[in-house]
Amino acid sequence: MSKKSHVQTTINGESVEFLCEPRQSLLEVLRDELHLTGAKEGCNNGNCGACSVILDGRLVNACLVLGVEIEGKSVETIEGLADPDKLHPIQDAFLENAALQCGICTPGFIMSAKSLLDNNPNPTEHEVRYWLAGNLCRCTGYDKIVRAVLDAAEATQ
Amino acid sequence: MPVVGIPALMRNLTDGEDSVTVSGNTIREVIENLDKRYPGTKEKLCEGDRLRPGIAIYVNGILIRANLREQIDADAELHFLPAISGGVSSG
Amino acid sequence: MAENKDYKVIGTRPIRHDGVDKVTGRAIYGADFQITGLLHGRVLRSPHAHARILSIDTSRAEALDGVKGIVTADDLPTAEDKMADLGEGAVSLKYLCDNILASDKALYRGHAIAAVAATSPHIAEEACQLIDVEYEVLTPVMEVRQAMESDAPLLHENLKTSSLGETSEESSNVASHIQHKKGDIEKGFAEADIVIEREFVTGTVHQGYIEPHNATAHYNQDGHLTVWCSTQGAFTVREQLAEILQYPISKIKVVPLEIGGGFGGKINVYVKPVAALLAKQTGKPVKVLMNRADVFEGTGPTPASFITVKMGATKDGKITAAQTSMAFEAGAYPGSPVGAGAMCIFAPYNIDNVLIDGYDVVVNKPKSAPYRAPGATNAAFGSETVVDELAEKLNIDPLELRVMNGAKEGDHRADGPVYPRIGFIETLEAAKEHPHYSSENGKKHHGRGIASGFWFNIGLESSVTINVNPDGTINLVEGSTDIGGTRASIAMQAAEVLGIPAESVNPSVVDTNSVGYTAVTGGSRTTFATGYAAYEAAQDVKRQMIERAAKLWDVDEENVQFADGEFSSINGKEEQISFRDLSGKLSETGGPVVGRATVDPPGAGGAFATHVVDVAVDVETGKVEILRYTATQDAGKAIHPSYVEGQIQGGVVQGIGWALNEEYIYNEEGTMTNASFLDYRMPTCLDLPMIDAVIVEVPNPGHPYGVRGVGEVPIVPPPAAIANAIYDAIGIRMEELPMSPDRLLKALGKI
Repeated sequence: MSKKSHVQTTINGESVEFLCEPRQSLLEVLRDELHLTGAKEGCNNGNCGACSVILDGRLVNACLVLGVEIEGKSVETIEGLADPDKLHPIQDAFLENAALQCGICTPGFIMSAKSLLDNNPNPTEHEVRYWLAGNLCRCTGYDKIVRAVLDAAEATQ
Repeated sequence: MPVVGIPALMRNLTDGEDSVTVSGNTIREVIENLDKRYPGTKEKLCEGDRLRPGIAIYVNGILIRANLREQIDADAELHFLPAISGGVSSG
Repeated sequence: MAENKDYKVIGTRPIRHDGVDKVTGRAIYGADFQITGLLHGRVLRSPHAHARILSIDTSRAEALDGVKGIVTADDLPTAEDKMADLGEGAVSLKYLCDNILASDKALYRGHAIAAVAATSPHIAEEACQLIDVEYEVLTPVMEVRQAMESDAPLLHENLKTSSLGETSEESSNVASHIQHKKGDIEKGFAEADIVIEREFVTGTVHQGYIEPHNATAHYNQDGHLTVWCSTQGAFTVREQLAEILQYPISKIKVVPLEIGGGFGGKINVYVKPVAALLAKQTGKPVKVLMNRADVFEGTGPTPASFITVKMGATKDGKITAAQTSMAFEAGAYPGSPVGAGAMCIFAPYNIDNVLIDGYDVVVNKPKSAPYRAPGATNAAFGSETVVDELAEKLNIDPLELRVMNGAKEGDHRADGPVYPRIGFIETLEAAKEHPHYSSENGKKHHGRGIASGFWFNIGLESSVTINVNPDGTINLVEGSTDIGGTRASIAMQAAEVLGIPAESVNPSVVDTNSVGYTAVTGGSRTTFATGYAAYEAAQDVKRQMIERAAKLWDVDEENVQFADGEFSSINGKEEQISFRDLSGKLSETGGPVVGRATVDPPGAGGAFATHVVDVAVDVETGKVEILRYTATQDAGKAIHPSYVEGQIQGGVVQGIGWALNEEYIYNEEGTMTNASFLDYRMPTCLDLPMIDAVIVEVPNPGHPYGVRGVGEVPIVPPPAAIANAIYDAIGIRMEELPMSPDRLLKALGKI
């Protein structure tokens, strides 16, 4: 076991400091050190997207980023999306469209969708499907997820 | 009288009959009477005084999760099938 | 029963009660659970598909700093050769235990051998690599036909073939043989003008839930064992733990956390007993998580199968005979779903002469676990492809041929039972009337396919308690873990009875100490059976509230009526009070009102589905693209239509994956070479069009609102429907799943 590193970063707009082993992934840091368990581990090798977070404006799989790599950077996770008294329009759209069943992939999909709409506020169905292809859902067949993201795009116009 | 569908693998005991009319007010009585007419059938269906594990009873097309005391109608149709717990099987 | 009337709540689309927690990341799934003093466990798995375990030396692992405990099969109570009663049927306890931690033999690559608890997951992983296991490697048996050969290596030296109470003399890999016979099969084929016989092979596929298996266990000093986990059924976990650990069931509490998908794969236990053993040994809570490769290699796939189907029909389209032989891979221990496959294979049709043989066969793969309508998809791939070919040869529209032979109320299934009111014909009519079926589809290498499917659905026990709050809302306590919105569909049935909005119900899924016995979320039973319990518990509340109103107004109970959420007095007095206002008067009329019900409803009511799919085949690459998909299904009564549609869409897409991509690819040593989501390629949203789900409602007479289970049948038709569409596109009958690009190219003669 190697010595822990000290990391200073910004998570959901708040300044955060933590210690982590160099081998710990950002996903492990979020879940085990900072208790932000909204990002989920489905595969731990970048295939399923359940741990999607936004790092300095870019969509990443938290399992493929090391904790020490976020020094000085800014991370957005599902926990930071809603206002205290109001859900984000994407979250509302997922609920209105029944776009989740078991819900384990939902935080990752919502973060991917946010990243899409941040970059492309008015996507076509194909663009939504292309952008979300890195997120696996085994329950819904994706139909209602795609509709939810299209609805959210419309709501935020 | 109740009608009993004879499982395919038991028809060697019933002279090839696939369906037999047997008297009885409960599942147990039906099995007892079936065994009187076709000896050996009870042993196929029961283990001691209980239904053999892995065998399920359908009464009038509906899976009955009950014991042998269950009352049945005079015109009931019984089937003994491999128990299938389907989406809930643990083994 | 099945009243047919205008409902206030049923059939609407409220926001699910657990929705906000799940879109904000706040819902606690198994792996999210934290408790003070937690150790982390990891499992060492066999690198061989078939090997005798000669010795296990844990000394190097024990010496690693941070390691707190190591367990092997020796730490399990000695498994006598007895049958374990798991409520749902008896299982050999030795098999059950050996699948948790191998004792004498490793029977598949990924079979658990030992487990370590350490202060961090990384240390536990390192320690696993320091455990020295000496194996005698044996020849693996990887395919069902090979396993059935008389000279095949045996997985279990003492396994005999059982068939309805009789046991074979010789040991065999064939664990059981079942048979259904109706009419005279020879006569049936003699009456046919056309007979088609085909052989089908299907691959091993996984349920593919996104959340890996997990468990956290802790033994208190007073001997109480608590297990926090994600599972399809907390009570079945409790039963399995009691048997495997030989521990009193009354001392085990299972707390079901949110579950990230199951599809049948989270009923059997894997790491839960391991976590308990490690917790016992270390005296600390231990969390054991699987990684994705563990999930593929160590948990239930659904079986590969070899199926022959022979069907005959007259010139005018009457199917006169149907015969099948189905051999299913059970994996390492007996228990494939061949029985369910045998029940379902010809179930959509009323055929006078049928012969069905089924074989449950062990092979060196993980023990199979249920997967959404287990067995029925394999079966329908065979039968529905042959039905399509009959239609083609007879020059009859495939939907029409199905209508002509379709099963109806009063017909008998081949295995005996008579059908109550069912909605198969209605799904065919709905498909025929759908604009998809009459749309143009004439482009080169484009094709359209049809297939139908049946799943019987189950009932089983459920318990519900309802507590009435002073503001007219209710707290509903249930034991069915919610995988796809069942808090909502159960709550809505109680709300309908009490005339309150769905939002006035607070549903909670609780642990095994806090609710009556409730069977698993599986078998498409939850909205049917736990919903039934909620209906009955709400009726109990209603009866008690009528007593309270009577007391309040000083009238006889018979003179109080309840409709649309209002109690009113009849017979003279003009009193009226809403459910809400009466709820505020409970203290003054006798104290709290708690409604309760337990059910074990028999009339689950079978589900039928008919699917229409358009595909485009790229004859250069072998890739099949799904252009359009329409699925019709009899839901009985859709309580929450959005989540019924969701079940249909999700099942269809799993079926598409099974049809086109998914399979375990093994090398010669019996190692799965694609144990990751990258290589075991499940459909992504870019692979798919929208899935048009058409709900048909033929109320189930066995449920007060007419509900039929909806979760499973939608996975049944897709592989056959897609095979039929590929035939329509390129004129080739695909008889092996998956119909992946390489198989297409081979069929096209390109490779």
